[in-house]
Parts: sequence; C-alpha cells; structure tokens
Amino acid sequence: MSGASVVLETDAEGRRWLRLAGEWRLMALATRYASLNADLISHAADPELGWDIRGVHSLDSVGAMMLWRAWGHRFPDNLATRDDLEPVFARLYAASKLKEAAPQPRLPLEWIATLGGLSLHMWRHLVDFTALVGQFILDVGHAIRAPREAPWRESSANLYKSGVRAMPVTALVGFLIGIVLSYLSALQLKNFGADIFIVNILGMGIIRELGPVLVAVLVAGRSGSAMTAQLGVMRVTEEIDALATMGVSRSMRLVFPKVLALAIAMPLLVLWTSAIALMGGMVSAQFQLDISYGYFIETLPKVVPVANLYIALAKGVTFGIMVALVACHFGLRVRPNTESLSANTTASVVSSITVVILVDAVFAIATRKIGLPI
Amino acid sequence: MTAVIEIEHLSTRFGEHWVHRDLNLVIDKGEVTALVGGSGSGKTTLLRQMIGLLSPTQGQIRLFGEPLFTGNPEQERNLRRRFGMLFQYGALYSSFNVFQNIAFPLRELGVVDEDLIHDLVMLKLSMVELLPRHAWLMPSELSGGMIKRVALARALSMEPELLLLDEPTAGLDPDRSESFVRLISSLHKQLGLTVVLVTHDLDTLAGLATCVAVLAEQRILALGSIDDIMKVDHPFIRNFFCCDRAQRALQSRISVENQ
Repeated sequence: MSGASVVLETDAEGRRWLRLAGEWRLMALATRYASLNADLISHAADPELGWDIRGVHSLDSVGAMMLWRAWGHRFPDNLATRDDLEPVFARLYAASKLKEAAPQPRLPLEWIATLGGLSLHMWRHLVDFTALVGQFILDVGHAIRAPREAPWRESSANLYKSGVRAMPVTALVGFLIGIVLSYLSALQLKNFGADIFIVNILGMGIIRELGPVLVAVLVAGRSGSAMTAQLGVMRVTEEIDALATMGVSRSMRLVFPKVLALAIAMPLLVLWTSAIALMGGMVSAQFQLDISYGYFIETLPKVVPVANLYIALAKGVTFGIMVALVACHFGLRVRPNTESLSANTTASVVSSITVVILVDAVFAIATRKIGLPI
Repeated sequence: MTAVIEIEHLSTRFGEHWVHRDLNLVIDKGEVTALVGGSGSGKTTLLRQMIGLLSPTQGQIRLFGEPLFTGNPEQERNLRRRFGMLFQYGALYSSFNVFQNIAFPLRELGVVDEDLIHDLVMLKLSMVELLPRHAWLMPSELSGGMIKRVALARALSMEPELLLLDEPTAGLDPDRSESFVRLISSLHKQLGLTVVLVTHDLDTLAGLATCVAVLAEQRILALGSIDDIMKVDHPFIRNFFCCDRAQRALQSRISVENQ
C-alpha cells in the first residue's frame, strides 16, 4: 500500500502543478493527516496553482473531503481529474446541498421553562409513586381475598435472594460497626469512670437506631439496585409488555413479591444484624473495659426496655416496604436505552436511602415518648 | 482477482454439537456473497468468526491475506478497521445520538479534526438517504428502517473495504426492505465494496447477491451464482430455491433486469 503523495512541479509552459498520487484513503492518510491537511491548505491559497489528481489510484470520501475543504467547497479553476474519481466528488456535492437545521436560539426566559419542566417532572414522580402504592394496597387486598392467585413462589424466591443471601454481608458490617462503636465509647466512658454504661449506650444505639438504618442502607444498595435493574432490563427486552399482553398484572407479579419479600426479610435482617453488632460490641467491651460477657447479657434487658425491639421491628418492616417500592417505581420508569437504565438505578438507590433517613426521622419524633428509660 | 476472505479447514464446536466441520470458503474482492442456510446451520456464527468475535475450534480465517488472530494488538486493530459490520438489530449505542454514533469510530481513530468529522457524518447520512436533521435524534426515537440506515452509515464511517451484513432486511416491510436493498446495491457499486451478507429473505438475495454460498451439513454445500446454485441437486437447495415463493422472487429479478 503506497501512501498519499503531494509533489509540486512546473510544466513546460511555466504553469505550476500540484500533482497528487497514491492512496487517498482514511487508513493510509491517518498516520499523517494533520501535516498533509496543512500542506494542502497552504497550497490552496494560491489561486493560480493547477491541481492534478490523475495519479490518485484510490480515493475515498475522507480523502475527497480533505481536498474539497482545502479548495473551499468548490472545484479549483485548474483541475486535471479522471472520470472514475468524479462520483466521489458528486456525492460530496449532493451532501453539501442539504440544508442543516440551525440550532434553536436560546430564549431569554428559558430558565422558567426549565423550572416548570422540573416541577412537572417531580409532580409526575409523585403521582406515579402514589399510584404504585395504591396498586400495591389493592394487590394486598386481592391476595388476602384470593390467596391461591397470589405469586407466592416469586415472593419466596425474592425472600431468599434479598434476605438469606444478604445475611453474610450484613453480619460482617454489623460486627465491625459494633466493635468500632464500643471501642470509641469506651475511650470516653473511661474518663468519667462510667464503664458500665457501655451496655446502655450500645443497647439503645444499636437496637433502636443503628441496626435498622444500617440494614436499610445495605439492602437499598444490594437488593434495591438489583430490583431496579431487573425491572429495567425487563422493560428493555419488552418482557413487561409481554406480561401485560397475557393479561397478567405487572404490579401483582413483579412489584408485590418484591415488596412482600423485603417487608418480611428486613425485620429479620434487623434482628440478625443488631444481634451480631451487639456481639461485636461485647467483645470489644470485654477487651477494653473488662466487662464480662455474662454481665453484658444480664444487664442488657434491664437497661433497654423491650419496646425498643418492637420499634426496631416496625422500622424494619417500613424501611423494607419503602426500599422495595422506590426500587420498583424507578425500575418501571426505565426507558429502553442504557442511559436511562443507569440513571434510574442510581436514582433508585439514592432516593431509597434518602427516604429511609426521612422515615427514620419521622419515627424518632413519633416514638419519642416510648421505650426510653427515665 | 484477489481473495478478501479465505477460510480454511474451519471447524466449530459448541459443547458436544459440531456446527461446522472442515469448512472451506474463499470470497473474492468486489463480490456480494450471500450466505444462506437453514435456521441453526451456523450462518451467523460463521459471520461472527469472520470478524473475530468468535474464534473457531479448528482451522484458520484470513482477511485481506492476514490472519485474524496474530497476537499483535496493533496489527489486529488495524485489520478490524478495514471492515464494517451491520448488526441485525443495528446495535446503535443508545446513549449517543445518531451523529455521535456515526462519528464514534472516527473520533476513536483520533487523527481527524472535528470539522472534518462533522462534514463526513453529514456525507454518510446523505449516502444512506437520511436528512441532516435526523442527526440529532436518539436511537430510541428512530423507526426500524432508520436504525438500519444509521447502522449502515456507522459501518461505512471508517471507509471499509469489506462490509458484513447480518440479516440486513429482517424486520423491515417489503417496501422499506426493497429500498434498503437498492441502497446497499448502489453503495456497493459506488464504493467498490466487497459485501458478505447473511439472509433468509429471497427478495434480498435476488436483489443483491452476485454469488451465493449455501451452508448445510456443516460445510459449504455449493458456491456460485444463483443460476448455478439452482442446478445443484440437493434436498435443501431444492426446498430453498425451487418452491413457488422462491420462483416468484427470482422471476421478478429477471423481469427487472430485462427492463
């Protein structure tokens, strides 16, 4: 393969010719495109110069476009060409005649339109989410009236996927958090000689607050994102439309099992994680403050009223339902392209964590008189 | 005539199932070769092997005289830039608009400036008979026929010498399918491309192919012009070409040529 060549010559009549030869194809031009292009443009500045392209033995549209642009989108006055190169330039000519639509000018008050669009967008989210919640409540009613038609197998599969399979990771995180919390509190309590209050701090903190929130965040990241992605891909592959065609309710078959599974799995995971976190705290307290396991276990029920456990379970159920509903909401909004899938999965995780924290604040206010030792 | 694709003693096995056994095929420069065969006969597999997406169990494939897998990344990349592929469902990047999809391979090459890329994209759009305003649409806003055209423009953006088409007219209505066939055929003549296509559609076959390779019984059963192929006496070829439907498609080709 011989590359493109440019040679300047003067013929017998004293006229100067630029003789082009070789392969004017993208792959041959690619290595020295910039220098060649600059060369052509500097030669094109001379209107007297003749162009001889008869030596070019292959020309593709990149090569032709380079010449065409150097010539200033017209044929030069002195051009020696070959017939078989004509069609390549004819295509360029045809394409250049098509008018391009000018981009729309920005309106001075466009920010108002943007703001309005954003508000409408938020409104749609709110309406869709409310509809999803309403449909879920109807589905629950239906499942109670006609238990044989409810998708129990799917629910059980979801329970295994988002509950049982999440046990190792929540245990690991819980145990480490327990150790860290206990260690840091112990450092402070030692200063005041208030060592035995470690049980109160860990018991109240982990059972009432940290356990449920920690599990909710982990589950939102682990199962919430998976649910959104699954529903999103089902939308992309038209599986959701196929369900609708067969007269199967998508909310009953897809949303209900996920919400039910998390509503059951989350309180159980909260119990499991809180227990492991307390064990971590216990280990650390024994090393740091010499508080024996026996004393810790004996004191725990005395300083943490059992109401706190019920609050934790209630939080678990609520957080589970919220995480699953938010995940399904965003999953069903995915449009059939990859960009939308990734945007909705991100939005799903961020929103469900935010919602969990908000609901937790509501819980804190609503239960401020319950379960706190005076 | 020089060979663009040479396949020698190719065998492919998926699990226990042999798809190809000792398959040989040579495709010459400038030909439009149609690969035909029953469902599951390994046409698409063979096409994917030709462009190096799958490697054969045994045997070798050479493109433009060079082996596909050389172990030299630079050389392999340069070889892959010499052909364009039109996937069955377009395979447009859904997060890019039409313009960015067509410009993508040129931008990846990294030597051509943005102004030239812009002009080239508009040129490719006009070559596939789309309008400049279509450049700003997203793939999800395109109809099936437009997706095929944009995918074709993208396949052509690197000025390939070889174009591979997987079911180019599947999913298009007869009218669109005919105009797409005309488009490919005129581009073939203008650009001097070598084209390999996989198709089930006899109208496409009759409208485009200068050469037919019949894939059956795990090998290339016959290779030649349509008329030559129809003389071969084999049950698959009889079923494929000599039923009423096929005769009508081929008849219409002859009548068009006579006009």
